[in-house]
Formats: sequence, structure tokens, C-alpha cells
Amino acid sequence: VTTTLDHPLAPDFEPDDAPLVLGSTRDLGDRIFRISARMVGATVLVITGGIAVFLGYQMVPTLHHYGLSFFTENQWNPENNVLGISSVVLGTIEVAVIALTFSFPLALLTALYITEYAPSALQGYLVAAVDLMAAIPSIVYGLWGLLLIEPHALFVARFLNEYFGWIPGFHVAISGSSPSAAAFEQHDFEASAFIAGIVVSMMVIPMGCAVMRGVFAQTPIGEREAAYALGATKWGVIRTVVIPFGRGGIIGGSMLALGRALGETVAVYLIISPDFALKWRPLEIGTITTASLIANFFGDASNVQLSALLAAGFVLFVMTLVVNTLAAIIVSRSRSGAATEI
Amino acid sequence: MTASPAVETAPEAAVAVTPPPISTSDEAPDQPRMVSSTTEDDRLCLIGAAVGSLGLSWILYTQILPFSGKIGFVIFWFVTYVVMYGSVTALGNPAPIVRDRVWSAIVTGAAVLVGVALMSTVIYTVWKGYHAFLHVNFFTKSAAGVEPTAPLNQGGIIHALVGSAIMLGIATAVSLPLGVGTAVFMVEVGGKFSKVVRTVVEAMTALPDILAGLFIYAVLILALGFAREGFCAGMALSVMMLPIIARSADVALRVVPGGLREASLALGASQWSTVRRVVIPTAKSGLATAVILGMARAVGETAPILITSGASTFFNAHPFNGNEMNSLPLYIFTAVRSGEPAFIERGFGAAMVLLLFVLILFFTARYLSRPRVGR
Repeated sequence: VTTTLDHPLAPDFEPDDAPLVLGSTRDLGDRIFRISARMVGATVLVITGGIAVFLGYQMVPTLHHYGLSFFTENQWNPENNVLGISSVVLGTIEVAVIALTFSFPLALLTALYITEYAPSALQGYLVAAVDLMAAIPSIVYGLWGLLLIEPHALFVARFLNEYFGWIPGFHVAISGSSPSAAAFEQHDFEASAFIAGIVVSMMVIPMGCAVMRGVFAQTPIGEREAAYALGATKWGVIRTVVIPFGRGGIIGGSMLALGRALGETVAVYLIISPDFALKWRPLEIGTITTASLIANFFGDASNVQLSALLAAGFVLFVMTLVVNTLAAIIVSRSRSGAATEI
Repeated sequence: MTASPAVETAPEAAVAVTPPPISTSDEAPDQPRMVSSTTEDDRLCLIGAAVGSLGLSWILYTQILPFSGKIGFVIFWFVTYVVMYGSVTALGNPAPIVRDRVWSAIVTGAAVLVGVALMSTVIYTVWKGYHAFLHVNFFTKSAAGVEPTAPLNQGGIIHALVGSAIMLGIATAVSLPLGVGTAVFMVEVGGKFSKVVRTVVEAMTALPDILAGLFIYAVLILALGFAREGFCAGMALSVMMLPIIARSADVALRVVPGGLREASLALGASQWSTVRRVVIPTAKSGLATAVILGMARAVGETAPILITSGASTFFNAHPFNGNEMNSLPLYIFTAVRSGEPAFIERGFGAAMVLLLFVLILFFTARYLSRPRVGR
């Protein structure tokens, strides 16, 4: 302490000299602006976050009334006070998985076509067309699937059952006549998870395709040219540069599509016929998804049944939320996501 | 020592790169080198494989194998085509080129399939719907007192059209200020709380549409005692729209250059006037696009309206009078479920109107967000 006093400037030193406070005070208008913006944010938080809390809260009366068998029971039989969501969850996953089986390769290949193969004059129009297709209402896809696709998809389902019926997923329990009957039991293949899955896949292809295309279009030009300079063919460039670069976008886009497929209501509701059997026979008539269950039963539900429907909705919400959050994390962690940062 | 090989090889290299003798005027002019990678041979390969596979699959599929059906034929033809194209290419080309050709055939085939399938939704709707579209009464009458089996010159969809417009108006009036306000909060005010809001908003874009309807049903109708009416349907749609608008408006505001904000603040403007006079005018087209895309999404929602309103047949332009109000998607839904051919045809007419509306919204959004010269 004493040494500092030897310094020539020491006499001027005053210990209570405070640094000048930088920054500005906000005027009244700004404070009002910031407070009201914060209030708008809080309102939206309450409205949107409120849904999740509200739905989750319905778990309490549901579990209180039906017990843990709510998760394991497959019947939805309000008259006999037996409700459960196991077949509903299975059906939801079944339809979504079938939808993804069709939409994943088609969306990926279409995205590759648009970025890599399409003539550059056409590219802009194709991008716009895909975005437009993503905006088409699901009821229109439902109409299309029910009246145009189902009559043809029946034959595909019959073919798959006839030649691949020995694979567990392709089996159909023929109900009416014997399996060897000459008459084709068309009825057995109608209104199935398979057909619903095809229609949902068409609905989610534009969405997945748009995400993947966006990522592929950002592939660094230098890496493409490096691959071409090494003598790669176009497919070689795609396989070694474009797809590895876009991996995050591919996975993220597919998961976003999966999230949408899980929650689809009207198109599925139009096509399937409700069936609560716990089965893995997607080609066969009848299945049920959470969203179509709610659309079916909300009208004449008693209080506790409505809680059960809301609780089923909460399970659906958690499923879509987990899928979408994972998708967002994957897209943002991957290299392809990093390239989109501005 | 290490440098010597390079020195020794240098004369050889120099010999190798000696330019060819300059052509004299007597010789034919230089042929420009073909830059395109497709040759006559390649094109013939492609055409030959396509025609050959068509013939082969016709013989096999329709004559010999026990298959039938149009879809099956197309799949069979495509598989035969890919195999044939690959093998013809393999006759004169190395394996990497064969792989390249086969994959290009598969990628193009998949894109064509998706294109055809997606186009067919629009074309099929228009093809089935234009009959109803041609009747004037389709746009001026409601369905009150009209039998589902009645011919197309009776009744119409004015009730559903007006219902859709009112619901969309309510939903937009609620979610436009809240959505854009939230985006302004997240981008301009910031802070820890804004991160929470952003996370929740992003999570809620994943909300299945039917849950928005069920939420409004449980809160407004069962708990607060509203009737199933237009207002509730509008609120359900606004719950759907809000996260969509907030999220895209957030993106639109974030791309406003920070330099513009700083310039405004440096000139002494307050934050509020910076937002009002600099940030929002700059992001105007992006914000409009966000709102319009949210509207395009909301106008096609069926499930929330199914739950919160109902498929009335009469004209009702009052969102609070306690009567059900129909909307276009719900009208289509009811029409299809009726199973009556005439009613289904009306449903397709309504679907065509809905598609047209979405198209108009979509192209407006694209027009507003088009890149402008000189910005």
C-alpha cells in the first residue's frame, strides 16, 4: 500500500473515485414498449404453453378413474367403462411408420432431383410447386386418397398379401370366405392402415422434401467441384458430397414429416374404419389413430371420458413434441444446419 | 538430392506440353470440343431401354404373369426399365457409370412419381369439381333445406364460404397482433424470458390440429359455457395459426440487418421508433408472408372446426349467436362422408374453391416476398 504513494501521480489518487456509468436510461415510451412486448410474449406463452399443461393435467382424473390399465387396455368401450389407448397408440405409430416408409425415399429422391438433376430453368418452378403442395389442405388429400387412390391401392395390398403374406406385417386374416375362394374379398383390404399411410405419406412428402432440398442446395460448391475434378460421376458427387453434407437435413426433414404424420386427423378419419384390436396387420381393414379417435368420440363423451380423450391427446402431443424436438436438435447440430446460420 | 528428379523430368514435361502445330488456313476449321457429357450412344441406350422394357413388360405382365392392374403395370415397367438400362449401359461402360445411370433413372422416376401424384390431387379435384363450379347458385345459395341428393342447380356453399371467411377473420385478428408482437419481443427485446417463449412457440408448431380444437372445446365450450359457434372455431384456428405466424415472423425480423437498427439508435431514435420506423418497414414483406402462410394453413383446417363448431346447412354470419357455423373444409368433409354422389360432387366443387383460395394466398405471399432489385 505504501509503495503506491511513491508514484508521482499518487497525490491525485482518490480512493472513492467511481468510474463513469456508461449506458442510457430508456425514456418512457421505450419502457412502455418493452413492457408491452414482454406482456404479449407472456400472453402467447400462457395460451400455447397452457394447452400442454391443460392436456397434461387431464392425466390426473383419467388415471384416477381408469388406473394404469389406461395405457395397456386396447378397448375403447365407454358403455362398459373400459377405456385404454394401447391399440390407439399402436395404430397411430403404424400409420405414421407406413407413411414414412413411402415418404422418406420419395422425398429424398425428389429433393435430389430438384437440386441435382432438374434443368436449371425448371428448378425455381419445382421449388415453388413443392412449397405449394405443402400448403394444400389435408382434406383435399383425404378426398383424393379416398376416391382416387383407395380403389387402386386395394390391388397393391392384395398383391402384397398374396405373394408376401408369409412376412408377418403383410398378413391379412381373411374374414368372410376361405382364403382360397376365387372371389376377391375386396372388403378385407379396404379402410386399412396401409391405405391411410399412403395418403398421409403424400401429405408429408412436400414438407420433408422442402427441408431436404433446402439443405442440399447449400452444399458448398467447392466440395462438389473437387469431387468432379477427381473424376466423380454425378451420382458419385451425390453419394460422397451432397448426402453426407445434408445428413442432418435428411434426418430432420423426415422427423418433421413423421411428427406431422402422427397428428394427421381428417384424411385418416375419412379412410380408416375404427377397429380397436391390438394387431400388426396394416394391410387388413380397420385401425384407429389417436386423432381419429378424438374426432370420433368427443361428441358424446361424458366428463371423465372427455378427460380420457384429452389424456390420449396429451400422449399424442408428447409423441409429436419428442419427434419434433429431436428433429430440431439434429438439424441444428448437424453441419448442414450450421451452414444456415446468418 | 531431392530436387534432382524434378530437374531431370522437367525436359520431358516440357516436351509433353508442347502445343500442337498451328493449323494453316488450308485445313478444316477447328471443331469445338463437345462439352456435354451425353453422346448419341447414351441417348440411344435410354430410348432403347425405355421402348424395350415397355414391350417386355407388356408381354410378361399382360400375357404371361398372373398380374393385372394399371399401377402394377407401371411399377413392373419401371423396374424392367431400370434393369434393362443398367445392363445395356454395362455393355460398354465401367461400373461407376452404370451406377450413375441407374441412380439417375431411379431419382428421375421417383421425382416423376411424386410430381404425378401431387399434380393428380389438384387435377382430380378440378376435374370432379368444375361441374358444381359452373352453377351460379353454388356461390349464392346456402344448403338450407336442400336434400343431399338434390341436383347441382339447387343449393350452394355460400354459408360455408362466409363461415370460412368469418372464422379466418377472427383467427387473423387474434393471431396477427399476438404473433407479430411475440416475434418483435423475441427479436428486439430478448433476454432469458424470450428464450423460454421461443422454445414454447417452436414446440407448439408441432401441436396436432385436433388438439387445438379439443382445447378450445374443453375451455371455451365446456368450462366457460360458450355455444358451438363461429367464434369458438375462429379461436381454435387462431391457436393453430399463432405459433406458425410467430415463428415465421421471428425469422423475417431476424434477417433485418443489425446495422440499420444501430444507425437508427445512433441518430437518437428510441427503441420503439426504431422498431416502428426501421425494423418493421424493412421486414414488411417477410411479415406479410408469415401471416399469409399462416392463413393458408388455417383456412384448410378441418378437425378444429369439426369439434368447435358444426356442419350447419343454413346461412349464419354471426359468430356469437350460438348457432353452428359451417366452413369450407368441414363442408367437404360432410359431403364425402354422406356417400351421396351429388353431395360428393358439391364437396369437390367446394374443394376446388378452397384450393383456389389457398393458391391465391400462396401466390400473394410469393409476390410479397419476391427478391427486389436494388435492395
